[in-house]
Amino acid sequence: MKFAVLVFPGSNCDLDMFHAVQDTVGQDVDYVWHTATDLSAYDAILVPGGFSYGDYLRCGSIARFAPVMAEVYKAAEAGKFVLGVCNGFQILTEAGLLPGALIRNNSLKFRCHPVDLVVENARTAFTNAYAQGESVRIPIAHGEGNYYVDAETLEQLKKNNQIVFRYAGENPNGSIHNIAGVCNERGNVVGMMPHPERAVSELLGSKDGARMFTSVLNAWRERHGAAIGR
Amino acid sequence: MKAKVYVTIKENVLDPQGNAVQGALHTLGFGEVSKVRIGKFMEVELDTSDRAQAEEQLKSMCEKLLANTVVEDYRFELEG
Repeated sequence: MKFAVLVFPGSNCDLDMFHAVQDTVGQDVDYVWHTATDLSAYDAILVPGGFSYGDYLRCGSIARFAPVMAEVYKAAEAGKFVLGVCNGFQILTEAGLLPGALIRNNSLKFRCHPVDLVVENARTAFTNAYAQGESVRIPIAHGEGNYYVDAETLEQLKKNNQIVFRYAGENPNGSIHNIAGVCNERGNVVGMMPHPERAVSELLGSKDGARMFTSVLNAWRERHGAAIGR
Repeated sequence: MKAKVYVTIKENVLDPQGNAVQGALHTLGFGEVSKVRIGKFMEVELDTSDRAQAEEQLKSMCEKLLANTVVEDYRFELEG
């Protein structure tokens, strides 16, 4: 399986993401610059955190027009696996690949600490190695993680099982319904504010994030195996 | 032609910055302040004299980039 870690000017979690892939599942992984125009070689596209384009105008609003994003649309459409973390989540919502928007934390503070999450949907490509309702500890680091959707969209998210993670304890940013991560209807595109790539070893304080990577490898193998079976 | 673009947070979306500024104004003694909403003001210069075309272009710019219509409203004024 081959992973791409996208790199925009201002990305700063790209190295963590790259090494998390190597350390958890040991699969091929490349950095892919934002000017790339072909992602056909990759099975999973990881959009890392950071401050792409200095967060100018709105977080992720400029990055969504980078040349590589046309390829991310194609990959998502083709059912490939796409994960956006933190700024990556903001980019995917700005791009319309995921519903909602991320606005300023209600505390107005940049919050950087571990949080407890509940796995609300353990059937996505990135969460199949977790148990439904399981509690996991993964760090956050953001100033604009306050997830918002209107009431009607929230009902749709609930109905379609698109809420992937919710904050278990105190809500660090004021997000609606304590949402920490969501997916698209097909479950192949996932976005979340917490950083699983920073929770892949007990040395880092938690290895609860590692199973996001094993999950997507499971999903890929399942699809790959099924294809061979046919 | 010059355009003034105003991007504001939707009424039903919380504006924590506005709330903080409102609190600061209260601290300063401006107790009559009942609400503060913070938005963005942009000046856009367009190389065109066709007003209808400029309006169409601006609407498209706002929808695509200048505002995130999930959480923000926009309006603009054309000058000249």
